[in-house]
Amino acid sequence: MTVVQDPTAPITVPSAPDQAAIARRERLRFLRRSPTFLIGCALVGIWVICAIFGNLIAPHDPEFPDVLNKLVGPSGEHIFGTDRLGRDVLSRVIVGARSVLVIAPIATLLGTVLGTAIGLVTGYYRGLVDEATMRVVDAVLAIPLIITSLLAVVALGPSRVTLILVIGFVFAPIIAKTVRAAVLGEAQLEYVEAARLRNERGLYVMFAEILPNVMGPVIVEFTVRLGYAIFTIATLSFLGFGADPSIPDWGQDISQHYQFISGDVWWPVLFPSLAIATLIVGINLVADAIAQSFER
Amino acid sequence: MTDFAIELDDLQVVYRVRGKDRQVLRGVSLAIERGESYGLVGESGCGKTTAAFAIMRSLPRNGRVLSGSIRVNGEDLLGMGQGEVRNLRATTLSMVYQNPGSALNPAIRIGPQLAEVFELMGVSKEDAAKRVHGMLEKVQISDPTRVMRRYPHQLSGGMQQRVVIAMALAKDPTLLILDEPTTGLDATVEAEVLDLIAALRQEFGTSVLFISHNLAVIAKMCERVGVLYAGRLVEEGVAGEVFRDPRHPYTVGLLRCIPRGGVRKDETPLDTIPGFLPPIGAEIQGCVFAPRCGLVRDICREEEPPLYPVGNGRTSRCHFHQEAHLLPRNAPAELVGTRPGNGGGPLLAVENAGKTYRQEGQEVHALSDVSLGIRPGEVLGLVGESGSGKTTLARVLLGLTAPDPGSQLELEGAPLAARVQQRSREQVRSLQVIFQNPDSALNRRFSVRRIIERALYKLRGLRGDERSRRARELASSVRFDESLLAVRPSQLSGGLKQRVAIARAFAGEPRIVLCDEPTSALDVSVQAAILNLLAELQSGEGVTYLFISHDLGVVRYISDRIAVLYLGHLLELGDAETVFSTPHHPYTEALLSAVPNIEGGERPRIRLEGEIPSAADPPSGCVFHTRCPRKIGPICEQEEPPLEEVEAGHFMRCHIPLEELRVLQAAPPAPRYQSKTTS
Repeated sequence: MTVVQDPTAPITVPSAPDQAAIARRERLRFLRRSPTFLIGCALVGIWVICAIFGNLIAPHDPEFPDVLNKLVGPSGEHIFGTDRLGRDVLSRVIVGARSVLVIAPIATLLGTVLGTAIGLVTGYYRGLVDEATMRVVDAVLAIPLIITSLLAVVALGPSRVTLILVIGFVFAPIIAKTVRAAVLGEAQLEYVEAARLRNERGLYVMFAEILPNVMGPVIVEFTVRLGYAIFTIATLSFLGFGADPSIPDWGQDISQHYQFISGDVWWPVLFPSLAIATLIVGINLVADAIAQSFER
Repeated sequence: MTDFAIELDDLQVVYRVRGKDRQVLRGVSLAIERGESYGLVGESGCGKTTAAFAIMRSLPRNGRVLSGSIRVNGEDLLGMGQGEVRNLRATTLSMVYQNPGSALNPAIRIGPQLAEVFELMGVSKEDAAKRVHGMLEKVQISDPTRVMRRYPHQLSGGMQQRVVIAMALAKDPTLLILDEPTTGLDATVEAEVLDLIAALRQEFGTSVLFISHNLAVIAKMCERVGVLYAGRLVEEGVAGEVFRDPRHPYTVGLLRCIPRGGVRKDETPLDTIPGFLPPIGAEIQGCVFAPRCGLVRDICREEEPPLYPVGNGRTSRCHFHQEAHLLPRNAPAELVGTRPGNGGGPLLAVENAGKTYRQEGQEVHALSDVSLGIRPGEVLGLVGESGSGKTTLARVLLGLTAPDPGSQLELEGAPLAARVQQRSREQVRSLQVIFQNPDSALNRRFSVRRIIERALYKLRGLRGDERSRRARELASSVRFDESLLAVRPSQLSGGLKQRVAIARAFAGEPRIVLCDEPTSALDVSVQAAILNLLAELQSGEGVTYLFISHDLGVVRYISDRIAVLYLGHLLELGDAETVFSTPHHPYTEALLSAVPNIEGGERPRIRLEGEIPSAADPPSGCVFHTRCPRKIGPICEQEEPPLEEVEAGHFMRCHIPLEELRVLQAAPPAPRYQSKTTS
């Protein structure tokens, strides 16, 4: 009996490229070629630049009241016209990007982190913890988002920190539901049982073993929620509960000028509205493309 | 009209992956005569299913036929327009897929779903319903009217597959393609479905293309067989002859991988096929099998062998087909026999283990009153059909599922807590597991190194250099190349992944490893290598296994003792050879007779009547009496037989005395149940 190949020798395979790395690379390639993603990025990019360099780009001082030129229509001097105090609308739109683009991502991040943690705990432990938490979540979701936020802002007093906390806490349950669903699927896989058979602690299993496998839905959820966060912030400041009445803000500018529309003064309302719209559309385009890249 | 139902000529199929065409079928030529049954065998990735899809003209989006031709009834299939192809699928070609659960639309009742096939052929609605009824009778469904009102999920797997077969045969097709039709089914159900297919083929005179990785099933079902390797047909001929006297080294190797003929791990290690299947689209010069062939010579690497005729219409694509049977063995050295002694107490014992689930107000008894002990150093095989409680028992032992109160677990004489969290670290590391599916058992975001080192850290408390040294040792003990420690599981083949899972299970130097179908997801050649590895680790480390499998050949090969479970009850327990040879429990007898063997010799078949009863409503008396072909009378229905030691070390739960069973089983049983279409 001859033995062709020593079967006790370690088995080697021709080095195959890492499938996970390939998937990541393919995802990036898909995004680079996706018009949805590129247009979305361009829209968001413009507003991010405005938020960072607003004061340098703005043609006028957004706070300077030119009392002699109140409510002047778009012209060469003021491309987007002036508002009721004679401030340059274009400059206010550009500088106004900052307040929303600072609060929204931080608030969404807070919501995502909280929501992911809740989703992991409820999805992994199930049982009573899950039932109790999910009923609270349902209760929060039953009340319209904007009313919950309003109540909280009224109770805590408007400020940046309040807005971030309020939006973060209101979003957390929604994100928790999505993450929980993904965790339920993962927790049934045997690698989780293998971890239990090593006496791993729950925290390790949830955050080290399961979390990396549910990052896809988490990322998608973050981008989608970011759009909603911007909308919520704009609405709150429209209703007069913005972060700080003294700094330029799209929602606040709209609310201070919509009564003039009947007098054919449309520009101080239209341009901030367009700003909100383009930013949200941009973010949603990016979110869609990212979600698609995970689904493929 | 030609004599052939289907002819493939030099068929080349490519898949476009990442902008490049990768060849999957490399010039396959075969022809199936009218009424003939043709088997296509080969391991996964050889192109079997691709061939079926090409014939159905339903290749995936990125696949296309590069060249060659397919003729159905003499007509060129590839030149047809979409309309003609649809027509052909409605009348001439049928396919049965592996998973009947996903082949049926879950939202449509069986009746209307089947009637659709007839309506597509232009049969009126009323006639269609009648013909559905007739068709369901043909596939031996006992109460067609009731079944027609059911949704697919309300039927068992075997029933679903019957419905799919009824659907496929409803149009009286010229060619029926069966793609692994019984792979997901239990042995007893598989046997029934195979009998049904054979009987229907007689009746309808349909040509069959039977695709399977299971050589024994092909041997039983097919007249001719083609062996596919890396997209090329390497051998073809009359099924019995090919399996008795294979003329291609791949066929020889494949046949040697299968544990059969009662060989045991301590007598004969299994042969394996070295190396790996070439990746799809690989550039191959010369013979496709040359890199893995033990008979390879220079000419094999340079010159592609033609199809040599080897007599009786057989062909082989091997330059040295006369010498194929001389293929050198590729097996590890024989192991020193380590039959465990009978002395001493059991290492792990369960007493009165039960597990009752509550489902929609009903109690489901997954496990009732199971008591057994696993001796140090032995392999205890656990067999039974799905739903018999094999996996529940394993999970109870592991502490993943808490058993009912009153169940007792003992490890080395000390009580073992019901939940893994309450067990001592020593106990936790003593008891480890190898799961069936390494894809889900390994965290896909972790590298192999991290997987193994984490187990070393948690179970042995190792850190730093000591830990990485031990990780490398473990890797080499399961024959896993160190250079692959950095990669993630998704880069590895199924066999290599399972090796990682084995390394992880052995990280804590366990006393007992529970193997839950560890080779069921693997190809036979890989299965052989993993079984060898498990046997070798056992003799080296003196570890004990509880080995769960539905494959009786595998269980017989590796086990010292065998326990047979049915509906959560232990029916028989004894030495492997005792259990496998007569006299045995009537259920064991039926299980054994259901397994087809490659030699093709028909054993007296024992049919089991009906479906496995629901565990929510187990039969009174002996749980097996509803299907038992040896039932003796009312006592079986009224009284549960005790688990008795009928001879030394041989336990059985049956009212029939052992001596009587010995006499009964010497002769084939008088069938108490005769099916309508038995030929």
